Amino acid sequence: MHEAVEVRLTVNDETRALRIEPRETLADVLRDRLSLTGTKVSCDAQVCGACTVLVDGLAVSSCTFLAADADGRSVRTVEGLASGGRLSPVQQAFIDYAAFQCGFCTPGMLMAATAILEEHPRPTREQVVRGLEGNLCRCTGYDPIIVAVLAAAVSDGSDGEAGS
Amino acid sequence: MKRITTRPAPPAPIGESVPRRDGPAKVTGSATYTVDVGLPGMAHAQVLRSPYPHAQIRSIDTRAARLHPGVIAVVTADDLPDVNLIYGHAVADHPLIATGKVRFVGEPVVGIVAEDRVTAAEAVQLVTVDYEPLPFVTSVDVALTGDAPVIHDAPGEQRSHRGFEEDIERAHPNVCSHARQAWGDIDAAFEGAHLVLEGEYRYPMCYAYAMEPYTAVATWNEGALTVWSSAQHPYMVRADLAQCFGLPLGAVRVQVPYVGGGYGSKSYTKIEPLTAALALRAGRPVRLALTVEEAILTTRGDAATVRLRSAFDAHGHLLGREGTILLDTGAYAENSPLVGRKAANRLGGPYRIPALRVDCSTVYTNTAPASSFRGFGAPQVTLAGESQMDEAAERLGLDPLEIRRRNVLDPGERPWPKARGIDADLKADLELAAEALGWSEPLQAGHGRAICLSASDAGSEPITTALLRVHADGSVTVMAGSTEIGQGSSTVLPQIAAGEMGVPLDRVHLLQSDTGSVSYDRSTGASRTTTLMGLAIQAAARDARAQLVAWADEAIATDGEEVVEEPGGVRVGRRSYDWGAIVRAWFSADAGEVIGRGYLRRSGATAEMPPFWEIGCVGVEVRVDEETGEIDVVRLVTVGDVGAAINPQLVESQDIGAAMMGLGMATREELIYDNGSLLNGNLFDYRVPRTTDLPELRTVVVERGDGVGVYGAKGGGEGSLNPVAAAIANATYRAAGIRLREAPFTPERVWQALRERDAGR
Repeated sequence: MHEAVEVRLTVNDETRALRIEPRETLADVLRDRLSLTGTKVSCDAQVCGACTVLVDGLAVSSCTFLAADADGRSVRTVEGLASGGRLSPVQQAFIDYAAFQCGFCTPGMLMAATAILEEHPRPTREQVVRGLEGNLCRCTGYDPIIVAVLAAAVSDGSDGEAGS
Repeated sequence: MKRITTRPAPPAPIGESVPRRDGPAKVTGSATYTVDVGLPGMAHAQVLRSPYPHAQIRSIDTRAARLHPGVIAVVTADDLPDVNLIYGHAVADHPLIATGKVRFVGEPVVGIVAEDRVTAAEAVQLVTVDYEPLPFVTSVDVALTGDAPVIHDAPGEQRSHRGFEEDIERAHPNVCSHARQAWGDIDAAFEGAHLVLEGEYRYPMCYAYAMEPYTAVATWNEGALTVWSSAQHPYMVRADLAQCFGLPLGAVRVQVPYVGGGYGSKSYTKIEPLTAALALRAGRPVRLALTVEEAILTTRGDAATVRLRSAFDAHGHLLGREGTILLDTGAYAENSPLVGRKAANRLGGPYRIPALRVDCSTVYTNTAPASSFRGFGAPQVTLAGESQMDEAAERLGLDPLEIRRRNVLDPGERPWPKARGIDADLKADLELAAEALGWSEPLQAGHGRAICLSASDAGSEPITTALLRVHADGSVTVMAGSTEIGQGSSTVLPQIAAGEMGVPLDRVHLLQSDTGSVSYDRSTGASRTTTLMGLAIQAAARDARAQLVAWADEAIATDGEEVVEEPGGVRVGRRSYDWGAIVRAWFSADAGEVIGRGYLRRSGATAEMPPFWEIGCVGVEVRVDEETGEIDVVRLVTVGDVGAAINPQLVESQDIGAAMMGLGMATREELIYDNGSLLNGNLFDYRVPRTTDLPELRTVVVERGDGVGVYGAKGGGEGSLNPVAAAIANATYRAAGIRLREAPFTPERVWQALRERDAGR
């Protein structure tokens, strides 16, 4: 056993003070301590993107990101995408375009897509393809996901075009 | 997506691309998977695995692990004298934990239960096992030689789901099973041939990579066992658990929440017996959640070596096909005997063949067990069969499409004497693929195109039941033993129920995959759910409606008026009554329900086997980089011939996913063993397709109403994978003049073939 450390994380706009072990990953803390089980772990090695969350707006693999390193920072997970009972445009687009099947990659895929759209409100198809290259999906063959992200950009109130 | 529809319109919402039912849960993170199931007092397990491919276990010292703080139970085979340790639905050869011997690197040897995962992992490090290494074999070719190490000293007991012939003697102790498909006079076919082609083709050992690794949670209460599992076939798992623990079927409850991908890799029993045994010894609920590295060592696909000879006449008509297939089944039989049976059936292809003889053996090696994987033998054998169709076309000066037109089975024609006739118009499918691919358009230099076909005897067996309950408010609950593995069953099955009952879709709720509360379904695989569970739900709806009409006659039409059925209810005289009103009238209360039952077996429309043919029709255009050997698939065409698309958007999405999975296996994916160990058993080294590998897609969904299912539906979702490797191989030949016979077609292999081509010039 190692000495516990105190961390303060802002998770989905809520500040949480926790005593954790230094070896705990952000994924462990989200899933096991905060019961935010939407974040999924698959490869556990920063290859598949399933565990992607946003830390201060940047997409990171929570399976290999130490929770202690998130101290004082803002963490956003799939549970924080909808607001006031309304799905975010990219969540809604995933439903509209059947951009998931089993859904295990979906939380990470949505967070990566959210980061892409925050950086490029009107992305090209190429930007979406490149931006999601680190997120694996074994069900959809990716095309419905790319189409959904481009459609979300259009439905976000801006006047971009899907370019699909 | 292009839709070709010639069937009559079914009642809405059948045939509509309604949004997926699991959408809101899956996009908000609230969808529950097995790894999210937590129980009060639940402990966590870790497994110590064999570092040797083949070894005798001399002794296991668990004392230090048992003393480690936080450890609840340390379990070896010796700690389970009250459990039947050996399971297997085809061949009973698989110990749930090593019994005296290990047969592959990664085999479970000790299970440890602790308060948390990390403590259990620490305790794993404290166990010492004394192994006596034995000679091992990791290749099928070596496994069948005279002095090869024998992996199973005695053959395992054959079980009812074996799928292979029992009367054929094992040619070698490492042969696990044997299947033969044969008809006609094969010797005469080859004697009279104008052209005989012969070749050996290899398909790699692949990993399905369902992103959710195998996970199970088990708990015992008053002698009954409850298991949550990431299993595709909960009823099959129930049968194995009942056998292992000597329980009646009814005392075992297997529940399957959302499953994070299956593709066949979660068919049949995996870690459930071990998890239940650990929970039994721990006296606590236990979760065993594997890592991806452990999942790779749990189940993989069957690697295949296929030797095929094809005889043609001068006009390109097939006269005969003769083949042998060797499947590398790994250390345990798992479902490979059934894969072998299907591979033997599928090698001929969807063609009119006067004579055929195929022998398929599954062979034990000291590698991770192989089992079902999307396509189920078809991708392996289609590479051989379809490569030779293109080769014959070239030798005879025919267009590759034309040689297929001349041989392809007509609708209704039987591939072999006792099989169901082909329930598809394959000639028309070929033309659709050609049109979408741009078959007759000029090709750039270095590019090539190909179109390939497959037809799989799919659907497994029609052993399926469903319950449909209509409540006092007219809403409906459907209870089905089929699993939502991502394919969309939780959307499609309610669509069928809503259409059959004439009620709005939002009035239909579905309970699935819980052996304790819903009725029996054999399995969720072989593309059978929409077709077979769809029929069972239709039957249950008809049964419910018939009862409701009788109740209306009894409780509403009390003056002898005529009761006329209409969508969503009945009309009695001038008044309409919905189903709920009939339930209330019959019970004379604002309460009660009617229960409709649907049973499916080998009878009536589903008497003939297979229940349906699953069609694969895929076209590709490739560009071959002569410098690097890289094959770039620039265009991919799928023709989803599904009879009737209950939800066209979901059909398209299955086809794209299947084809992309096929593309990965054709170009990159291969598990590689070296010196008894898996070299690339992780996601760094085993590379699956990414967004950047996506070609231009053109999808066609064809609905001719020719399937056995509701409104002419038949299965999809595997078909568009099966011909992909063959199509890429044939297109590469047309692009670069090299004939690839060993998948995956990696840049190294392609580059080598290009050099050999140049040397031969």
